[in-house]
Formats: sequence, structure tokens, C-alpha cells
Amino acid sequence: MTLTPRDMTLFLAVLGLIAATGFLQSWNVALGILNMGLVSAIMALGVNMQWGYAGLFNIGVMGFLALGGLSTVIISKPPVVEAWDAGGPRVIFALLVGSAAIVAAILAWKRMPAGKARAPALVAILVVGFFVYRWLFDPAVAAIEAVSPARAGNLGGLGLPILIAWPVGALLAAGAAWVVGKTALGLRSDYLAIATLGISEIIIAVLKNEDWLSRGVKNVSGIPRPVPYEIDLQNSERFVERVSGFGFDPVTASTITVKLAYAGLFLAVLLLLLWLAQAALNSPWGRMMRAIRDNEVAAEAMGKDVTARHLQVFILGSAVCGLAGAMMTTLDGQLTPASYQPLRFTFLIWVMVIVGGSGNNFGAVLGGMLIWYLWVMVEPLGVTLIGGITAGMPDGFWLKKHLLETAAHMRLLTMGLILLLVLRFSPRGLIPER
Amino acid sequence: MDLSRQEHGLDLLNAIVAFANFVMLPAVAYGSQLALGALGVTMIYGILRFSNFAHGDTMAFGAMATILGTWWLQAIGVSLGPFPTALLALPAGIAATAVLVLLTDRLVYRFYREQKSAPVILVIVSMGVMFVTNGLVRFIIGVDEQRFADGARFIITAREFKELTGLKEGLAVKSTAMLTVVVAIIVVALLFWFLNRTRTGKSMRAFSDNEDLALLSGINPERVVMITWIIVAALATVAGVLYGLDKSFKPFNYFQLLLPIFASAIVGGLGNPIGAIAGGFVIAFSEVTITYAFKKVAGYLIPAWEPQGLVQLLSTDYKFAVSFAILIVVLLFRPTGLFRGKAL
Repeated sequence: MTLTPRDMTLFLAVLGLIAATGFLQSWNVALGILNMGLVSAIMALGVNMQWGYAGLFNIGVMGFLALGGLSTVIISKPPVVEAWDAGGPRVIFALLVGSAAIVAAILAWKRMPAGKARAPALVAILVVGFFVYRWLFDPAVAAIEAVSPARAGNLGGLGLPILIAWPVGALLAAGAAWVVGKTALGLRSDYLAIATLGISEIIIAVLKNEDWLSRGVKNVSGIPRPVPYEIDLQNSERFVERVSGFGFDPVTASTITVKLAYAGLFLAVLLLLLWLAQAALNSPWGRMMRAIRDNEVAAEAMGKDVTARHLQVFILGSAVCGLAGAMMTTLDGQLTPASYQPLRFTFLIWVMVIVGGSGNNFGAVLGGMLIWYLWVMVEPLGVTLIGGITAGMPDGFWLKKHLLETAAHMRLLTMGLILLLVLRFSPRGLIPER
Repeated sequence: MDLSRQEHGLDLLNAIVAFANFVMLPAVAYGSQLALGALGVTMIYGILRFSNFAHGDTMAFGAMATILGTWWLQAIGVSLGPFPTALLALPAGIAATAVLVLLTDRLVYRFYREQKSAPVILVIVSMGVMFVTNGLVRFIIGVDEQRFADGARFIITAREFKELTGLKEGLAVKSTAMLTVVVAIIVVALLFWFLNRTRTGKSMRAFSDNEDLALLSGINPERVVMITWIIVAALATVAGVLYGLDKSFKPFNYFQLLLPIFASAIVGGLGNPIGAIAGGFVIAFSEVTITYAFKKVAGYLIPAWEPQGLVQLLSTDYKFAVSFAILIVVLLFRPTGLFRGKAL
């Protein structure tokens, strides 16, 4: 399974669009689009594993991305020592007690014989566990959040290099996916959808409200970078000398260098993942996944463990999303829990996968880059378009004012139309499955 | 001795009034709104056989159309006295929403119905419709919060109640909450009368139970689908307007209602109208009870106990977690829902 000339043309066309932005607007804008496009491509790869390989309908992508974002804080921020002294161990102990109560409840349900005692025992374990957890948890959180709330108010992180956060983000997302998959896989596809939608909203609610962990709506900024800072480059004599030798302005050159460094990192991760995903798809495992997707009953009759394979691919896909989430937060340099919106971080990724071609990894990558480009460009295009339409209207006319104000909302409309048109006229996407 | 017993009795009354004021009344109003939303979802599921993710945004569109009508009526000086003007604009809002969903069906869904596409494809298609509807609403009315409630705010205010009964706690009955309940009862009664007593309603139920048999007995499927969409448009608009009157109108909130609405429909049993109503109230009562701070009620019940915190099980920001937890429990232990819906 290689790329046909047509596929290559499509990829070149998307790169050409980005390059055109570079020539016409600025290379900073173009590289910004490219970087986020690469991250979007990885998100689309993850969703494509779940939907394209296995037909699993996950609309909780946003939650897994946010967990990846959280991992950057946990790994790379320096620890807040006073906060740890105030209540760090107690919070961790409380969380352990809470998890232990849930595990005990599950064990009780599985081990105890079915009878009158079983349900009350389950409820009793959960209720007692909840109150013990809250009794341990609440004072510790109050103590932590009291430690210089304007600057910190959270536990901070481990102070490790940021790149470690990427695989850790994948692990966090995989863990959440295991919990969701264990409960909701094996039910009907729309139930899995609702369950994933629910878990993603809960993850965002946790990030917004648990200030001790993620500072909530106060945001965590200044997350360390894997690449140099622009100001350091501008202050470095060697850098300034070298770029001046090529005739560039040092300030512009430093921002471009930083963006290129990010692009190199992201491209390396994307190529590695793409190679792995292709190898998996073309292996016996990949053929089995597609066989399960196309006919679950037949695959089960051939002795395949459908639920276990679904769980496996669900965890893998979510881990890729977690990785992409960590990369995105690294690129942003800050974690802003309030900015996670399902339309942007779940449903847009779905548009990428469907438009690119579900079931085809190259399609997912193409869709990720193309849709991200459109998402960024539709807004200025819409404003220009509306500007053109309203040019003939008199100033101060209510319709002109209204149209100009709302032109920015063209995005969602356009994305919905693109999705509907592709589903109708080219349901297999730009690069179809082969 | 006697006096203290009487005081204790009053404490109990105060506790009950506080509970009714902060838990019962809001939960009944919210439950009615969820039930109406879940009815729409469950109708689509029963007849068209897919989970409609655009339903929250259909509600937003219906509410928006009604708001525009209300503003126009207010501008020309029409009002309903103590009732909100929105009630007058409601039929126009329903008509506009019906036109929207019928157009969507004609342009989008019908193609897939004729292809006999898998339900999950229709779910993805409904995602596209969700985007477009959401964009449309934002394009027309913007993303900001809009208030359009007018008329009397309270049937009885907390102070009037206190003066009337001599209790320490007040019971404030918001007119929008009462209106929600009354309108919901009327709408549900009409719906059940239609489904159970009219020829068209019976043909719809037959279609939902067994499509092939219904087709054999000469039921026109396109007519059934059309009437379903019109009913769903009415349900969504009424639910959206009542929610907007009771709280406030903000397009994004309607999208967020999707989770509790689906939880209600699934908990009751997808495809089962009675289940949708029961599910709506189960979800609403659990959400409000679990996220309410019981400090005041506990203070009346056990005067000796001075609670340190708010005596709140979960902070209100975790209300999604409540609908989610109930949903998971029902799915694990009774996957067809409390009232035995379909399991396609």
C-alpha cells in the first residue's frame, strides 16, 4: 500500500497552500499553520485508528487531548515545595483511598454470590469510601490552594524535561481509555459515543475545578519548551552574526527558527507514528481489525476476541490523541482548561478523518493538515467575503453591521457543509481505504 | 418543654421548605425541560433509528426563532400581561424550526434513508447537521447571552411566603418554573393523545415497532417521517424556549444539554416516550440533589450539629458527572433502560 500519484498531488497541493500563505502573508503565519497542522494530523491518526480500523465511535477526543495537556504540567513544571509540604502526600493518599474503594466495590460485585447482600454491600463500600475520601481530600486541597494562590496554589510538577511529558500524556490517555473501554465497549455504538462524550466533559470539569492540580481557570503558563527561546537567540552573538550573514532580520529569523525547530520535532513524531500505524495496518493484526469491523459476527465465529481487540485499539488510538494533546500544549506553552471546546477539539478532528479518508492513515494526515488550514483561513476569507457583499450597503445600515459582526462565525457553518458534502458525494474521503 | 417541641416542629417545616425551595422546585422545572428534550431524541430514535446529535442545536434554533418573534412582538407593543410574550411567539418558532428540520431531512437525511445506511453513518451525518445548525444560530443571533423573559417574575416571592406562614425560610415560586411544568404537562398529554388515539399516531407506533410489517399494511413511510420531524421540531422548540425562559438563552448551553438529554433518553430506554419522561426527572433530581449544599437543611434538622463545610456531595461544576454516572450504572446493569427501550 503506497501512495499513488494522485495522493502525492493532494499532499503537494496542501503544502502548496501553506507555502502560498508564506509568500503572500508571512512565513510566521505559514509555519504556525504547519505546526498545528502536524499536531492535528497526529490527532486524526489516533481517531482513524479507532474509527477507520475498528469502527469505534469515540466523540471524547477532547478529554484525551486535555489529559495530554495535563501531563505537560505534571512532568515539566517545577514542584511547589510549600504546597507539597502543606498537603501533597495527603492528597495522593486520598486519591489512593478513593481508587481503592472503587476497586473494592468492583471486586465485591464480582466475588460475592448473587443475592440480597450483594447490592447493599456494593453501595455501602462506595458510600463509606466516598466519605473517607472526602474527609482526607478536602483539608489537604484547602491547604494546597492557600499557598500563594495568585502565583501557584497548586502542587506544580516534577520538573523533568518537557519531552518526557509526551509519552506520559499518551499513558494518561491510555489509562482513561482503559476505564472507559472496560465499561462502555461491547455496548452499542451510540452508547459508546455518549459515554466518551460524558468522560471528556468530566475530564474538562476536573481540569477547570481542581485548582490544586491544574490551577483551574487561572491557567498554567510558562510551561518549559523543548526548543530555545526567541529572546535567547536574539541575544546570542553567533546566531545574530549567522542570520545577518544571510541578510535576515534577527528578530524575524529567531521566531522562524523556533517554529522550524517545532516543525522538525513534530514531523519526526508524525513520521514515526505513521510508519508504525502503516506497519500495524498491513500486519495480520490490521487485517484482523478490519475483518472485525466489517463483520463482527463472522470474526467472532472465527475465534477472534472482538471485545478484547476493540479495547486494545481504543486504548491505542486514545494514547495517540493524548500524545497529540501534550504536543499541542507544549506548542502553546500554557494549559488553559477553559479553552477546550468539543466543537473544536472533538468534532473538528472527526471532520479531518472523514474528509481525509477513514481507514487510510495517509488520508487522516492529509485531512488533518487540510482541515486545519481551512479552519484558520475560513475566518479571514469570510470577513473578506462579507466585506465584499456589504460594500454596497450604506454605513450604519443594521444588516451591514450585523453581517460584519457575525462573519467570524462562518467557520462552523463551513466545516459542517464540508462534512456533509464529503459524506454525500465522496463518502470514502480524499484518499480512500485500499 | 412544650415550646421547644413546637420550635422543633417548626424547624422540620423550615427544613422541608428550604429543601422544596432549593431542590424540589428547580429539579421539577429542569426535569420537565430534560424530559421534553429527551422525548425528541427518543422519537427520532424510534422512527428514524439513529441518535440525533443535532438535537441540542435544534433546540437552540427553535429558541432563537422564538426570541426573534418575541422581540418583534415587544417592539410593536404586544404583551401577555403576567405571562411571557414568548408564549405568543412560540407557534412561529415551532413553524420556523419545522421548516428547518424538514429541509434538513429533504436535503440530507433522506438520501441515507434510501441507501439504507448504517445507523452510525446517520449519527456522523447528524454531527454535520449539528455544525451547520450551530453555525447558523451563531450567525443569526451571535454567541452572547440573551434575555427575553418578561411578565411577572414570581408567583410568590420568598418574603411574601415568609409573611404568609411566619416561617424563617421562604419559598419562592418562579413563574417560569411553574410555566415550564404546566406547558410540559400539556405538551406531553397532547403527544400521548396523538400517539395512542389518532390514526396517524398509531401508524407511527406501528412503524416504530416493526418497519416491514408497517410497510406491508400500507403505511406511507415518508409521511410518518415527515410527521415525526414536525413533532420533534415542536418538542425541541418548546424545550428550548422553556429552558431559555427559566435560565437564559446562550447557544453553547444548548449544546451542553446534549449529554443530560441523551442520558435521560437512554436511562429511560431509547425509543420509549414514557421512559424519556421518567429519565428526565431521574437525571434532574439526581443532579440537583447531589450538587446542592445541604448546610441549611441540615442545620434545621439537627440543630446541635454545626457543619463545617457546605455539606455538599459534589460541587455544581460536576453535574455532568452525575448524569454520566447514572448513565453508566444503568447501561451496566440494565442496558435497555428502566422502561425497556429498543436495543437495536
